[in-house]
Formats: sequence, C-alpha cells, structure tokens
Amino acid sequence: MMNDSLWIIPALPLAGFLLNGLLGRKLGPVFVSLLGPGVVGAAFVLSIMAFNRMLQAPGLTISQTLFTWIQSGNLNVPVTLLVDRLSGLYLLIITGIGFVIHLFAVGYMRGEAGFWRFFAYLNLFIFFMLILVMASSLLLLFVGWEGVGLCSYLLIGYYFEKDSAAAAAKKAFVVNRIGDFGFIVASLMLFWLFGTLEMAGINQQASVVLGAGSLMVTTVTLLLFVGAAGKSAQIPLYVWLPDAMEGPTPVSALIHAATMVTAGLYLLARMSHLFVLSPATLAVVAAVGAATALFSATIALAQNDIKRVLAYSTCSQLGYMFLAMGVGAFGAGVFHVMTHAFFKALLFLAAGSVITALHHEQDMRKMGGLAKKMPITGFTFLIGALAISGFPLIFSGFFSKDEILWQAFSSPAGSTLLWLVGLITAVLTAFYMFRAVGMAFFGASRLEHPEHVHESPWVMTLPLMILAFLSVTGGWLGIPHSLGGGLGITNRMEHYFEGFFAQVPAGAGHGDTGTELGLMALTTVLALGAMALGYRMFTVNRERALAWDQTDPMVWKVLRNKYYVDELYNLVVWRPLHWVSDKVLWKTVDVKGIDGTVNGAARAARGMGWVLRLAQNGMIEIYAVSMVAGAVLVVGYLVFLTE
Amino acid sequence: MIPLGHILILSGLLFSIGVAGVILRRNAIVVFLNIELMLNGVNLAFIGFATRMDSMVGVIFVFFVLVVAAAEAVVGLAIMLEIFRNKETLSVDEINLLKW
Repeated sequence: MMNDSLWIIPALPLAGFLLNGLLGRKLGPVFVSLLGPGVVGAAFVLSIMAFNRMLQAPGLTISQTLFTWIQSGNLNVPVTLLVDRLSGLYLLIITGIGFVIHLFAVGYMRGEAGFWRFFAYLNLFIFFMLILVMASSLLLLFVGWEGVGLCSYLLIGYYFEKDSAAAAAKKAFVVNRIGDFGFIVASLMLFWLFGTLEMAGINQQASVVLGAGSLMVTTVTLLLFVGAAGKSAQIPLYVWLPDAMEGPTPVSALIHAATMVTAGLYLLARMSHLFVLSPATLAVVAAVGAATALFSATIALAQNDIKRVLAYSTCSQLGYMFLAMGVGAFGAGVFHVMTHAFFKALLFLAAGSVITALHHEQDMRKMGGLAKKMPITGFTFLIGALAISGFPLIFSGFFSKDEILWQAFSSPAGSTLLWLVGLITAVLTAFYMFRAVGMAFFGASRLEHPEHVHESPWVMTLPLMILAFLSVTGGWLGIPHSLGGGLGITNRMEHYFEGFFAQVPAGAGHGDTGTELGLMALTTVLALGAMALGYRMFTVNRERALAWDQTDPMVWKVLRNKYYVDELYNLVVWRPLHWVSDKVLWKTVDVKGIDGTVNGAARAARGMGWVLRLAQNGMIEIYAVSMVAGAVLVVGYLVFLTE
Repeated sequence: MIPLGHILILSGLLFSIGVAGVILRRNAIVVFLNIELMLNGVNLAFIGFATRMDSMVGVIFVFFVLVVAAAEAVVGLAIMLEIFRNKETLSVDEINLLKW
C-alpha cells in the first residue's frame, strides 16, 4: 500500500455514511448490514497495511498531504493524514473494534425502523474518529473532534422520540462544548506562540519556545486538558457519559467506551512534549484522573442498571488513564486505552446481548442465573469482568492497570497517595464488577419470563468471542519487566513506544523490582478478595443484600443518586442560566432591547411618512409652486452664495 | 443690433408669465400652453446668447428643446384626451389623483 492511498482509510466509512444515508432506506436492511460493517472492515484491513508500512518507514511515520485547506498570511493548514506509532495503534483500535461492534449492531438493531439511519451515523462516527487520529494539525484534529461530538449527539438521541434520550443527547453536546472552548482557546494560543498548528512542529519546538514550568505553558496545557476532560468525561465534565447510555447499546460500546472518550487521552498523548513542560498541569491531570477514578467507582457500587454500572466504570477507567498520563506514563495510559477498549467493548456488547434477550430489561435485580440460559454471553461477560478487575497474570486489565499503579507509585511525578487512590479504585472495581456478574449471570433466577430467554444469534456472539480473545491476550503485549524479565519476555508495548513520548524531568523516582512485585501482589490479593466478596454477596447471600439494598441506607442512597451531582449542577448552573436566559436575555434584552429598536425604527419611519404625506394633497398647483420655489432656492444659492 | 439685455428681459418676462400661468390657471390646456411659453422664453435666451457669442451650440440646443416640446405636446394632449373622456372636465382642481 502506497503512502498516497492513506486517504482511502477515512474515505471508506465516509462513503458508507453517504450510501447508507442516501440509499439505505430504499435498498433495505440487507444492503445496509453488508455495507455498514463492510466499509469499516475494509478500513481495518487497510489500517493493518498502513500500520505495517509505518513500522518499516524511516522515523516510523508515514503521511500524505491531500490539499491545502487554508492559506492566509502565515497561517498555512494543509490537510495531511499521518500515521505514526500513536495514531497507528489508535487506527487499529478504532477500525478493528469498530468493525466488531458494527457486526454486533447488525444483530442488535435488527427490525429497527431506523436501521439505515443508525448505520449511517455509525459510519460517520468512524470517519470522524479516523480524521481525529490521523490529523497532523490541531485544526484538522478539531474537525474530527467536533465530528465525533456531533455523531455522539445523533446516536445518543437515536431514540429521539423518547424525552430522556433527547435530553441526554443535548446534555452530551452542551457539556462537550464546554470542553471545546478550552481546546479552541488553547489552539489559538499555540498558533500565536508557535506560528503553526502542526502538532509535530509544536512538539519539536515546545521546549525552545516555552520555558519549562512557565505560566504560559501551564495555561495552554490546562486549557487543552479542559478540552480533553470534556471529551473523556473527567470531573467536573463527566456528567454526560452516564446519561449517554440512553443510546442503543452498540453506541455505548463504540462511542462511550472504546473510542470517542479516548480522544481526550489521545490529545494528551499527542501533545506530550508540551505537557511535560508543566509539572503543575501534570499534577492537575493526575489529581483529576485519580479523583474521577475513585469517585465514579463508588457511584458504580450502587447502580442497579447494568449499563450504568458499566458507564461509571468507564469514567473510572478513564480516570486511571489520566492518572497515568499525569504522572508522565503516557505509554502506560495508551496501553490501558487499548486493553480497556477490548474489555469495555466486550462488557457493553455482552450487556447488549442480555438486554436484547430480556426485551430491553436493564435492571440487574430482575436478572440472575443468566449464564445457564446464555452460556456464550455469560462466559464472555465473565472474561470481561475478570479483565477489568485485573485477574492476575492472564487477563489484559491486570497488566495495563498494574503498569499504571506502578508508575503512579514510582514515577518522579507520582506519589504514594495517587497510588493508594488507584489501589482503592482497583478494589472497588473488582467488587462492583463481580456484583454485576453475580446479580446478572449467577445465583437464582429472578426473571419474569425465564422460558423466553435464549442465547443471541451468531452475529452477536461472534463479536463477543473475538473481543473476549483480545481481552485476554491484549495484555500480553505489555508484560512488565519484573514479571517477564526472568523468562526472557520483553515488554513489547514499552519497546513499541520507545522514544515516542516526552519524559518527565528525572527526579526522585523510587522503587525497585522487589517493591514492584510486592505492590503487585498486594493489589492482586485485594482485588481477588473484592471479586470473591462481590460475587458471594450477590449470589449466595443475594436476598440479604437486596433486602439491605431495599432499606436504602444513607450512604447507599447518596451513591445511588450519584452524589446528587446532577441536582447540584441543576441548582448551580442550570437554574441561574435558565433564569438569566429567560428573564434577562429573552424578556428584557431581546424583547425590549433588540425588538424594541427594530420596531422603533419601523414606527419612526411610519410616523415620518404620516407627516410627509400631508404634502401630497393632489393639487398640481401646489406641486408646481414647490417646484418653482425649489428652483428659485437653487438658483439663488448658485447666484448669491457661491463665487 | 438689439442689445442682449433686452432679449434677456423679454425672455425672463415670457418665462415668468409662463410660471404664473402654470400656477394660477385651472384649465389643463391653458396650463399646457403656459409650459410652452416657459420653454420658448428659455429658447429666446439661448438664441440671444448664441448670437452674442457667435456660437452654434445655443442654436442647436433650441432645436433639441423644440423637439422635446413637440414630443411632450403629443403625450400631454393624449393624456388630457383620456382624462376628459373619463372625467368630463379639464379643470386641474378636479384632477387630483396624484396623492396617497
């Protein structure tokens, strides 16, 4: 594959969007279900080819400039597609997992009236996501950035006739706009500082143009982080993600677990040379990440909707990734992005399979014992849960999460406190995941119509099996030295990203292999204990746990209601804003000010006309006299007042 | 040779009589005649200046004025004919349609 055919990768999903969108309704669901996943699958094949070429290319980078988009003064924005180690990995994740999810959606969305519309949106989403990661300049990246925001709005609001879905879509859009504000301002500042929007150039010049730790670099990176936090659902902009579960389940898997929310992390990883210049920003990133991880994990403990558990767990895992990047471990963060994409897509799709089988029942209290009815779904969900909980030595989540915890502990930018928060989160994660596993798949059945529940068709279970395989093996790419070193296994992930990301300034990093293994063992033991506890509490002692749940103890109630953050936002942000918009902006400024001015101008013109028309009385003599008088005045002026 | 001043006074008188007639008379045809009088007053001034300055420009201008006046007479009389057919009068007091 030649460099000059990189454009085909994003062009395929775009073509899929256009064909599905324009012709899909006429040509019917068979056509759509072939074309929708087909274009993404083809893009995946091309991505693999591009990835291999990139690995052999000098500088491990290939790019293609399509055309000059903007040329004005010293602003020059070419549309350049770029595949390097970071975007190459993202390409594989997006198209690969995207394809699997498209496949699943064929089964999940069967019989929906908007089948073609759904696949058109999904294809469009993949297109924008590819633009986002392949862009070489911040401006083109922003196109993809906004595009995925748009698609997420369309897909969350897919069931737009439902009020809650429409509201969730709007919420996602508006909250993302807040983040975009940070992104735009940061882009403008970067252009002002560097005279270019090319990210490679900015990274290269970063330490020359900006002093390490200067106020400017801190401001810029914090603004970029605001953008990233909006897209990647971090405190305080995380509120849209759990509500986004209103969309169909494949959407949750694709957008809100595996790909779109990782865009913020992509931005941080991409601009790593800028971020390491500001220790203050890194500290903020790590703190926000750790806080989000812990905060969302506690909320997930008390949710009974299976998708909401997964949604909060996504927030929490994203917090982990930000924690990694905040301590300067960009590679570990991206590694977790990858493994998380595998197992979170798996968990969401398995949940989707359950939801279809139960005719859109999402309350875990009404499930139970499903593993017997749906063995493949149950087994793969279990694998996903083991992966996310970090079951040792086999599952991918163990390796990536452990890497992050170790980095949080040992990196010069890390601290014991960050590590401890990460550890607690890991334990909570193990607990709530196995609470979900126990409630939904094991123990006594609490189904209303157990005889109607069947395993899903192959088009849905095949994606589950593929993702389950990846959830297990994906982590083997990053086996840490402390474990694999003795056996001659290299950490391929570390090797892969060698020299790609910026390094935090070396400092008092601490910890040796012994400590690493010790901490690893501690995390593992605690996580295993939490898994066992969660499982036991909600299978064997389920009735007691649910009875306790019914009594609604204080702490539980706060968690169930998500710390009343939505209510708080409602009170602090929404109500004042609504009041100002309604009473001040609408009824005063608009109605009285703007409308008043416009109507006033019209009234003034009419009034003047009313006065002037008195002169038009139809008497020709009067007209003639006026004319003569005017002529006399003009002549008089010319004769007497000019030289 | 008649002095230019006399010619201009005559021209001014003709023009003023025309203006007064246009403003004061009621009959549309008389008003029209008065307009012709004004035009001819101006023509006289043109001729006077042309003779004095020994230039053909003024003479040519007079021809233009005559042609335009002839065209105007055609249009004007046609309008008046139509008005008379409709309103049975040519008194400008009663032809006051030119208003809001």
